[in-house]
Amino acid sequence: MKQKTKKQNVATKIKKATKLQPAVLKRKPVPPGKYEVVNQYTGQGWVYSDIVKQHFFQPQNLLLDEPKKGQFDAEGEVGSPACGDTMRMWVKIDKKTDRVKELKWKTFGCGSAIASTSMFSVMVTENGGMKVDEALKIRPQDVMARLSGLPDRKIHCSVLADKAFRKTINNYFHASGQHDRVIVEGAKVIDARLNITDKDIEEAVLEGAQTLEDVQKKLKVGVGDPESIPEIEQLIRFFKEKYYG
Amino acid sequence: MMQSSKKIKSQKRTYLDHAATTSTDTRVVRAMQPFFSKMYGNPSSLYADGRMAKEALQKARSSIATILGARPEEIIFTGSGTESDALAILGVMRAYSGKHMITDTIEHHAVLYNAELLEKEGFPVTYLPVDAEGFVDIKKLVVAVRPDTVLISIMYANNEIGTIQPIAEIAKLVRRIRKERIISGNETPIWLHTDACQAAGYLDVNIERLGVDLLTLNGSKIYGPKGMGVLYRRRGVKIAPLWLGGGQEQKLRSGTENIAGIVGIARALEIAQSHKDGENKRLSKLRDYFIREVFARIPKIVLNGPEGERRLSNNVNISILDIEGEAMLLYLDAYGIEASTGSACDSATLDPSHVILGIGRPYEFAHASMRFTLGRATTKKDLDYVLQVMPGIVEKLRKISPINLDMNATQMSHASAFAGQGLPHWEKKRGTKLKTPSPKAQ
Ligand code: FES
Repeated sequence: MKQKTKKQNVATKIKKATKLQPAVLKRKPVPPGKYEVVNQYTGQGWVYSDIVKQHFFQPQNLLLDEPKKGQFDAEGEVGSPACGDTMRMWVKIDKKTDRVKELKWKTFGCGSAIASTSMFSVMVTENGGMKVDEALKIRPQDVMARLSGLPDRKIHCSVLADKAFRKTINNYFHASGQHDRVIVEGAKVIDARLNITDKDIEEAVLEGAQTLEDVQKKLKVGVGDPESIPEIEQLIRFFKEKYYG
Repeated sequence: MMQSSKKIKSQKRTYLDHAATTSTDTRVVRAMQPFFSKMYGNPSSLYADGRMAKEALQKARSSIATILGARPEEIIFTGSGTESDALAILGVMRAYSGKHMITDTIEHHAVLYNAELLEKEGFPVTYLPVDAEGFVDIKKLVVAVRPDTVLISIMYANNEIGTIQPIAEIAKLVRRIRKERIISGNETPIWLHTDACQAAGYLDVNIERLGVDLLTLNGSKIYGPKGMGVLYRRRGVKIAPLWLGGGQEQKLRSGTENIAGIVGIARALEIAQSHKDGENKRLSKLRDYFIREVFARIPKIVLNGPEGERRLSNNVNISILDIEGEAMLLYLDAYGIEASTGSACDSATLDPSHVILGIGRPYEFAHASMRFTLGRATTKKDLDYVLQVMPGIVEKLRKISPINLDMNATQMSHASAFAGQGLPHWEKKRGTKLKTPSPKAQ
């Protein structure tokens, strides 16, 4: 009995604590020259801009609960080879207008990744949502500009949102049968009818696919061009050797 | 989400990063003060001012020698712990060209990078693996020793996870090897170096009891001045200087002596060693309290490094799975709490902590690692404040996180996210091969 009240006390204390106002929002700006990192917009010593802080402490469009079945049209996940962080995104697209109705995300990433993805999600969904093709044109620099800059060392973090979005949209194109709209970047098209690339096969293998059937299951589309089968099988062998050999 | 209406309860800074650096003790500052503008002589000068400086230098040297149980001429003053490590490692190895050196995988970069430099110069180096708690396995060390091994460098206490290495035992082994070499007619000497920067405030640094031949100390971890290091070098250990000049410090470290710094580090070591038993007891208790409470309040965390007496008394290092440490640091900083992380995101090179990887954990555990290092000013109240704030932040960051790690994971979890670009750069360097995942139904 006694223990229970103690536990409750702790719980209320914690609750109170989490509502405390972060002191950082009130801190005075740090004089230039104090930091090794320089803001590329102001040329001053680096201080996270208020907008970055705002998006970091109150990220927008986070997916806080597990998605329900059918809640989104597609999802995608990418990792940053620079730092190992990962980003997952979900989108809902208005089929008629081809606009991004919803963009939700989660990240295992740093403060800059959180802030820049939050800003990216706002840009894509504000004013009734961007057209998919327009949204695909947003560059990491555009996000950074809206954030009033990030330290150079943190630019790869803003790229994460961009990459995750492309992957998610490609998954959407595949899922909705718009294979011709799939964007192929730095990858080689293996199955021209379905626009399946070596990247897709690599991903399937990394997710545990061992055989052609496994890969087809993972890609959820089967194979459109029977002539591509030998190459797909060869790629499966190659990636298996590369990652598990 | 965090609300902005209420005021923070504690505007006080809660500094829990004493392994990074400590404040300079006011007694140390006082001891240093006269040597800036009043007694600024160069100890190499003959006249009165120079003699005064020389006297201060000698006194400081003797004081440190006495504490270490060494002779004054065995004390070399340097500019940092890093420099002492470099002088010990590069200096000894270059004096015995072509010979073999042994160290381990979780040393400080001051040791590791200089060992790598030696490799580039053509020296063979063996990096011993450590166990899951960070300990060097003496049996593996025995196997690694070659007839031409000249130097073994193993840190006294690890700066990230607090593992206290069995230095005295390793020293015993070294003595045994020496005897065997005499019998077999092998004239190659073998020396033991230890980096004691983290240990000096809490553990015995007596040279004879430890049995080491070279030992690194620095000022900035023991409430002394920054920019000051000491290298103890046993008589008879050959060292090649890193650079040449006026021939100060027995020609091993040319450059006008930093008298104020030298006086300061001597005073700091005196104070630290006289307080060490009491501090050790007090901090061990606080440390264990903090670890216990963190585990009680936050699910899904693991302790990095050993428990109890084999861990440095001021060190707490936990991986809070599924969250990224730099984001955690920023949130903690907003509450005035200052700590550190082994996450790649927080390092200039974007490398995750080699220590967390070294104890066999996947990189996500390094990203999730938080180090809290206590110090002289740390009270239970400080820790309670952290304990109060942390669960809320963790809960929030976990909600943000898309990953759900296995507590016993030994390899990276989301490899497929890296398709098309390859695994993270350090995994590539390590030549990581994954275990085939069981094709999971999605
Ligand atoms: S996303 Fe990893 S450092 Fe920012």
